[in-house]
Amino acid sequence: MNTFQLDGEEIPFEPGQTVIQAALAAGHYIPHLCYHPEFVPHGSCRLCTVRADGRPTAACTLPAQPGLKVESETEELNDLRRTLVQMLFAEGNHFCPSCEKSGNCVLQALGYDLGVLTAGFRHFFLDRPVDASHPDILLDFNRCVLCKLCVRASEEVDGKGVFSLAGRGIQRRLIVSAESGRLADTDVAVTDKAVEVCPVGVILRKRVGFRVPIGRRRYDLRPIRAQALEDAPRRPEHRHE
Amino acid sequence: MSEGRIRIATASLAGCFGCHMSLLDIDERLFELIERVEFDRTPLTDIKHCGPCDIGLIEGGVCNAENVEVLRAFRRNCKILVAVGACAVTGGLPAQRNHLDIGACLQEVYLTEPSLSNGQIPNDPELPLPLDKVHPIHEVVKVDYFIPGCPPSADAIWKVLSDLIAGRTPRLTQGLIQYD
Repeated sequence: MNTFQLDGEEIPFEPGQTVIQAALAAGHYIPHLCYHPEFVPHGSCRLCTVRADGRPTAACTLPAQPGLKVESETEELNDLRRTLVQMLFAEGNHFCPSCEKSGNCVLQALGYDLGVLTAGFRHFFLDRPVDASHPDILLDFNRCVLCKLCVRASEEVDGKGVFSLAGRGIQRRLIVSAESGRLADTDVAVTDKAVEVCPVGVILRKRVGFRVPIGRRRYDLRPIRAQALEDAPRRPEHRHE
Repeated sequence: MSEGRIRIATASLAGCFGCHMSLLDIDERLFELIERVEFDRTPLTDIKHCGPCDIGLIEGGVCNAENVEVLRAFRRNCKILVAVGACAVTGGLPAQRNHLDIGACLQEVYLTEPSLSNGQIPNDPELPLPLDKVHPIHEVVKVDYFIPGCPPSADAIWKVLSDLIAGRTPRLTQGLIQYD
């Protein structure tokens, strides 16, 4: 079987697999945010940036090639990842103490795992009103990280196209595909994949937020680097560690 | 004052004293702490002004002119300054007013709010003037270390304090970093 090197270890891969797919399948974690095993990679968050033969590249869009030398767990790359997480925290209104996604949030868990202690940059404190129009779903734009997972899920899985990203650069934002701009005027359902897949606290099911208490949630119990390996499709021989 | 003891000062700026409560939650480790340190200005001693110290712990963000003054006095006097808790680190709950106009806020709370009769915006010269925005403390002074959390757990505070007292660079390990 073909292999490439990740931090000095040989990683087997099948033709067509990306570096992150093969790495996760072989039990090696590469930090990531907008990548999701069930969706076509988007390559926008850059958290999974590795050095492949010396060049910085997103591991989620990089096809695995025989003999490729990939570095991921280096101080340089983790510093870069920390800065990306800090910028995301400064750009949105991520007030964890009042967020019902706290403990289940991928952005927060990345911060924990990478050891981010402060946003470092000046917070934007943008005014982003929430959309509570839908009877079963709350939409809190304050916490959007533009990962596009809801957009991808709504198009590819739900076949609805409820969400899109509008604007460019710093104006980029999540919008709802309805004339009124309100979630209530779309055909979104609480069972949609788009609702389930949000990694942060933007798309929330109403009335279930605190069913599991703070402190006993997904990433309270185990770091994201362990959880992500459990969630990803694993090669049978790497399943039990 | 005992010689050779590490001097610590603490203050709550725009905070709720929850981080101070969490400090007290180190429970019996307080005995160990009190063997090694002497408290300067802190709500625990009721000393009002901070003298020269080794470590300053700041809870709460900066929301008014008095907070700025206290914070600057801490920075002048403390060799090491630590931001303790979500409000000191990010602005926290008080900073949730930052996307609003301060004038409109005061008007809403003291004049328009229906339960008030003959309300007026407080204007006593003894009251510190509010700032138009609430700031995390590192936007006002240099901060050496950060302990996130609302509040940080007693274990997280103890880890940083005991590292500093032992002369180590404080390191929050997995499980001690939390933002909620």
